[in-house]
Amino acid sequence: MKIEAATASVRVAGFYTLFRTELTLAVRRRSDIFNPLLFFVTVLAMMPLGIGPEPEMLARMAAGLIWVMALLATLLSQESLFRGDYEDGSLEQLALQPQPLYFPVLAKALVHWLVTGLPLALLSPLLGMMLNLGEAGYWPLFVSLALGTASLSLIGAVGAALTVALRRPGLLLALIIMPLYVPVLIFGTGTVQAALDGYSYGPQMAILGAILAAAAALAPLAAAGAIRISLEN
Amino acid sequence: MASGPAETASSRSVDLALSARALSCERDGRSLFEGLEFELAPGTALQIEGANGAGKSTLIRTLIGTASDFSGEILWQGKPFPAALPALRASLLYIGHNAGVRRGLTPLENLAWYGASGAAAMAALDAVGLYGFEDVLCQQLSAGQNRRVALARLYLPEAPALWILDEPLAALDVAGVASLEAQMNLHMQGGGCVLLTSHQPVAIAPLAKVNLADFQPCRDASAEWAYAG
Repeated sequence: MKIEAATASVRVAGFYTLFRTELTLAVRRRSDIFNPLLFFVTVLAMMPLGIGPEPEMLARMAAGLIWVMALLATLLSQESLFRGDYEDGSLEQLALQPQPLYFPVLAKALVHWLVTGLPLALLSPLLGMMLNLGEAGYWPLFVSLALGTASLSLIGAVGAALTVALRRPGLLLALIIMPLYVPVLIFGTGTVQAALDGYSYGPQMAILGAILAAAAALAPLAAAGAIRISLEN
Repeated sequence: MASGPAETASSRSVDLALSARALSCERDGRSLFEGLEFELAPGTALQIEGANGAGKSTLIRTLIGTASDFSGEILWQGKPFPAALPALRASLLYIGHNAGVRRGLTPLENLAWYGASGAAAMAALDAVGLYGFEDVLCQQLSAGQNRRVALARLYLPEAPALWILDEPLAALDVAGVASLEAQMNLHMQGGGCVLLTSHQPVAIAPLAKVNLADFQPCRDASAEWAYAG
């Protein structure tokens, strides 16, 4: 019993070390944080130019546009999730540790969400305003993005792990991951749309939460398996 | 289950840390070596020799369990793979071709990532001649200095018993080589064991050598087979 508690506390301390290291690295590579955000904001700012500035049309499309751009911004930043660690051999070192690979993957996905998904969600009401989104949609948009992008970070980690050994994964990552993003997109936009139409958006939000719970439990396991396969070659 | 004979067997096998019997490895469908035999006892070292592409790195990856395409038997403390792999990894310090130094971190942070305390990490960095560089990002250090950051793990007080090192002397200067050899000798005197590949002679003792060229798969057989067809 005592030993179990001790291993558990070692694991927590280990997870904290992993998390802190990943966060330090993420903060040092600031361009990796700001590029997806800049992409997100720039493309959304271009939307009124492309589809015309009619307020009603923009309002109808706003939630979907913001969600699709959030998807693309997450995808863009996902490719490099394990690449550096694979190239310098630290991924191999992590795989040799006696503790499961689940925790390093979870730490990485968590940091990825903190530096891309969360800022994106925080910015979303501003962009909603720009795209003439109804006021009722701000809060659901923020919460659905915060929950949804966390799922996206976790699911994307599986794709990043699968393609890490390829020198130039290119579109492959997008092709693997995009279909898995679809449920998050549907319920994410569904949340905002329900709120705009004056309905309760609780059910959609609950499903987003359920997707996140499932992703947090399963995606790091799948990614860990994919990393072990990638390291075999 | 843990009866008398089993216990004597395990206590006898303490003098045999890692051994391979009739080991054959394949990579991409090509047989690299066949019938490889070696034994590595605590307090000894083993050098794997072989030309480029002879399969040294594949052998090492097989021994640490990241490549599982082998036939034959690998034993860690008398127990066969893959059941013994977790036990082996628990006492393994592996430095591969890619040293596992994260370039966005400083040497000190790198050692902390491997679980070293601050004081131990400083002492280890001092031992590999990186005193004064502990707070410089590794991406600003030279290849040899990065190699030293990786090797600093060997100087930590809690270093595990089994060292598996792929080309540890690469990119090191003369003084670095001498220091590393001294550290490996110290480790072996303390009962640890070292398995390494190197193209240079290594001044550590007792050192056994295995040349993969002696375990080449028989090429004549396949040639005869081809002619027969």
